Amino acid sequence: MSETLRVDYQTNPLQYKHWTLSVDGPIATLAADFDENGGLRPGYKLKLNSYDLGVDIELNDAVNRIRFEHPEVRTVVLTSAKEKVFCSGANIFMLGVSSHAWKVNFCKFTNETRNGFEDSSKHDGLKFLAAVNGACAGGGYEVALACDEIILIDDRSSAVSLPEVPLLGVLPGTGGLTRVTDKRKVRHDLADIFCTSVEGVRGQRAKDWRLVDRIAKPAVFVDTVKQRALALAEKSDRQVNANAKGVALAPLNRTIEADALIYSNVRVDIDRAKRVATFTVKAPSAMIESDVAAIETASSNWYPFVLTRELDDAILSMRTNELEIGTWLWKTEGDAANVLAMDDVLLAQKDHWFVRATTGFLRRTLSRIDVSSRSLFALIEPGSCFAGTFLEFALACDRSYQLALPDDEAKAPKITVAEANFGLFPMATGQSRLQRRFYEEAPALEAVRAVAGKPLDADAAFAVGLITANPDDIDWADEVRIAIEERVAMSPDALTGMEANLRFNGRENMVTRVFGRLTAWQNWIFQRPNAVGEKGALKVYGKGDKAAFDWNRV
Amino acid sequence: MQSINYSEKIPNNVNLSEDRTLQRALEGWQPNFIDWWDDIGPDGSTQSDVYLRTAVSVDPQGWAQFGHVKMRDYRWGIFLNPAIEDRKIHFGDHLGENAWNEVPGEYRANLRRIIVTQGDTEPASVEQQRHLGLTAPSMYDLRNLYQINVEEGRHLWAMVYLLQKHFGRDGREEAQALLERRSGDENNPRILGAFNEATPDWLSFFMFTYFTDRDGKFQLCALSESAFDPLARTTKFMLTEEAHHMFVGESGISRILQRTCQVMNELKTDDAQKLRAAGVIDLPTLQRYLNFHFSVTIDLFGADESSNAATFYSSGLKGRYEEGKRNDDHQLRGQFYKVLEVREGRLVEKEVPMLNALNEVLRDDYIKDSIAGVGRWNKVIEKAGIPFQLTAPHKAFHRNIGALAGVKVSPDGRVVNDAEWHANVAHWLPTDQDRAFVGALMGRVVEPGKFANWIAPPAMGINRQAVDFEYIRFN
Ligand SMILES: [Fe+2]
Ligand SMILES: [Fe+2]
Repeated sequence: MSETLRVDYQTNPLQYKHWTLSVDGPIATLAADFDENGGLRPGYKLKLNSYDLGVDIELNDAVNRIRFEHPEVRTVVLTSAKEKVFCSGANIFMLGVSSHAWKVNFCKFTNETRNGFEDSSKHDGLKFLAAVNGACAGGGYEVALACDEIILIDDRSSAVSLPEVPLLGVLPGTGGLTRVTDKRKVRHDLADIFCTSVEGVRGQRAKDWRLVDRIAKPAVFVDTVKQRALALAEKSDRQVNANAKGVALAPLNRTIEADALIYSNVRVDIDRAKRVATFTVKAPSAMIESDVAAIETASSNWYPFVLTRELDDAILSMRTNELEIGTWLWKTEGDAANVLAMDDVLLAQKDHWFVRATTGFLRRTLSRIDVSSRSLFALIEPGSCFAGTFLEFALACDRSYQLALPDDEAKAPKITVAEANFGLFPMATGQSRLQRRFYEEAPALEAVRAVAGKPLDADAAFAVGLITANPDDIDWADEVRIAIEERVAMSPDALTGMEANLRFNGRENMVTRVFGRLTAWQNWIFQRPNAVGEKGALKVYGKGDKAAFDWNRV
Repeated sequence: MQSINYSEKIPNNVNLSEDRTLQRALEGWQPNFIDWWDDIGPDGSTQSDVYLRTAVSVDPQGWAQFGHVKMRDYRWGIFLNPAIEDRKIHFGDHLGENAWNEVPGEYRANLRRIIVTQGDTEPASVEQQRHLGLTAPSMYDLRNLYQINVEEGRHLWAMVYLLQKHFGRDGREEAQALLERRSGDENNPRILGAFNEATPDWLSFFMFTYFTDRDGKFQLCALSESAFDPLARTTKFMLTEEAHHMFVGESGISRILQRTCQVMNELKTDDAQKLRAAGVIDLPTLQRYLNFHFSVTIDLFGADESSNAATFYSSGLKGRYEEGKRNDDHQLRGQFYKVLEVREGRLVEKEVPMLNALNEVLRDDYIKDSIAGVGRWNKVIEKAGIPFQLTAPHKAFHRNIGALAGVKVSPDGRVVNDAEWHANVAHWLPTDQDRAFVGALMGRVVEPGKFANWIAPPAMGINRQAVDFEYIRFN
């Protein structure tokens, strides 16, 4: 399939081909009705509500719109508008014609969207309910698994299933295996039967095996869903005033050039010869609105909201559209005082739904950086503002270089640790990036705590372990140039694996296991002839041929 | 920051007075270098004014300025051969691209390793030679020793320049480590084996400067082809100095031969014991020293099959000897070269990919070059009418690196069994008695124009001075 066309992650409900979003009081319903002929690329049809990246881009957009445009919503119901089928997962023909890189990027994004459900449920009180009103296979079941609750229609035919292994010779790619065990605690031998059965499990047995929370006969299905959705809404702490106004996801202020993405607060410059991109994030140009009225008035122009949308789009765009740009340099620009003032607002107004949703959006966007398969170096130079929230960019990086200017204290770039760095933006592991950095060791964290609020020059930052290196003006250019040149020359595959190992270095939880297992096992299986060879299961699927396996166990 | 008149104190053509990186690095390193020199440099030389050649520029007038100086005040300088405009890389994967003026990050580790390995040999030889001044056979020879010592010091500066200029903090640390390793130190040895061997006497010294400095020449020649232009230019200039070191070795051995042959003719004998009694070094002993230094030195070229050698070549870091004069594709893929191995008790040739055999290629070029000088020595013997010929041993003899390491091979290239080896090794390599005899012969002779009994005076002095010129003023 042609992957040369730029993928755009921006869309809006008027352009949706696959989902219908409707809102009724505290309940939003997302109904899947995928347009068979609406695939992002030619070469496959999205039959039976099977999805491709384009479908998931809409889903991501729709959920974001619920988060921001519909503050009154507390429960999102995912269901199908098609007869007899809820969702049959990722489109197999699409996978069959996709490059490995495309599949991996696709899986990563779909995973992030599923994780986003759980993230919003845990942190922001937005609950998710899967109203499975038809066949629910593979990725379809995985999207249901990411919801707080699954209701399966008990119509004697609709089943939930994970048929990847028996049917396709691969694994479920969006955390299915992990959620079946870690989240739903399905007994492992029952899970074994479930995951090797093409037709899956339906009715009471699905409930008995904990694959779903509830079953409902067709006659009461709609009512049951409504009742459960309201019950979930009841539990939600996403509290808004009756007259709260949503914040529109207006079109981004974005210019795409051949070698640059330019937004109002973010720009990405691509150096194709060097295979390096530079992300430059700009601080607010003044103090941001701080009281509720002003924030509400600023609405979709409120800086933290705009910044996050831009960052999110830039990261997604670079990941999908610029595969060869293997190293991302992170720079910041502007007045650190304005960044720290923004942090104060995020903390002081954290109970306001919009501030809370924006903080969540930023948290998830920073998490996207953690799982991006790119080498990340922060360059802390004069004019930068790696303070508080902006310091997270440096902390997320594989390495950080801060320029030391021993002869010019005033001009020397400083970084500032602030309250925001101690847990406002937890990683997928639940740790702050500082905790990750220091393995939660108290002495190191206390030493950092002790310098919080103080602008730290390179030597001071180096002394408490906040940066990787502190070259002075004499060494800077060469040190940085060589580090980058060295990096870009190494195997991109080995780097991806190594970086993920080092970034997720301590605690594991379900989310890290989802990503870890996906990148290790699934990437391996996706590359093997048993999946993608001439007679591989993924290749012959739907062609009437039988897969021919190499029977050697590895 | 103290202000130093850089161009006065440190002659250079690298714009040192405007290069802050380098100034700062050198300000840290230079005092440590002087400490190293005081600590481990030539023994007993501190007070002497030595008639030394100093390079103050790279042009024909500038590179050889003679005058009496104290060695610790020697103006160690930094010189690169003039740049060739638009120089292109002429071998390896980057063939045809512009030569690099900066270290490509991708090759930083390998380049640093090459430079550190070369740089490590320079102070090592000064350390190896530090006691020789106490037993110099003449003032003329002592001066030559000192000249070599200061120039090896300058070669160290040349490598340190590259490390400090182009390798940032790592480079500065490596430059410091070059002053901290010690030849022969069990805990902190020099990198290469031959540079941890003692140079206990002047016969060893002349053999060393003939054979081992010639290894230096070949390594420098290969590096002077490098795509990394500063390395190419630095090593080109070092070669001018290396030539003098090899001259000291070749002429030193020639003068020993001349003296031995003279006494052989006077006494009409080739009996080693009689000649030793007459205070000269017999020819078989010279042959054994030659065997030793030749074999130890060809080990320096490394394993006969080496993936590093292939990588260094393909990535453009290190060329072949006279790469530019060769007529082939300069990429060498699909080409083969013969190396030796032992099969069923015999030395046999085997073909291996040329790229992996580049150590062997350089070793063979070296062997050709060093055998030519052995021929010149034989001319001295022949001229004296003595029926004896020195020969370079087979390249499989007494090897410790590569496929031939530890294989017992006679100097004429036969694989021998342990019994034959043990029966003959005393004829093939210097024995403890040989070394004791040569050591006992060494006595300090330093009045101008006087020479130890075992060596003939040179035909002429240094820089057209008389042989009895006062090359060193002992104060
Ligand atoms: Fe040298
Ligand atoms: Fe030398």
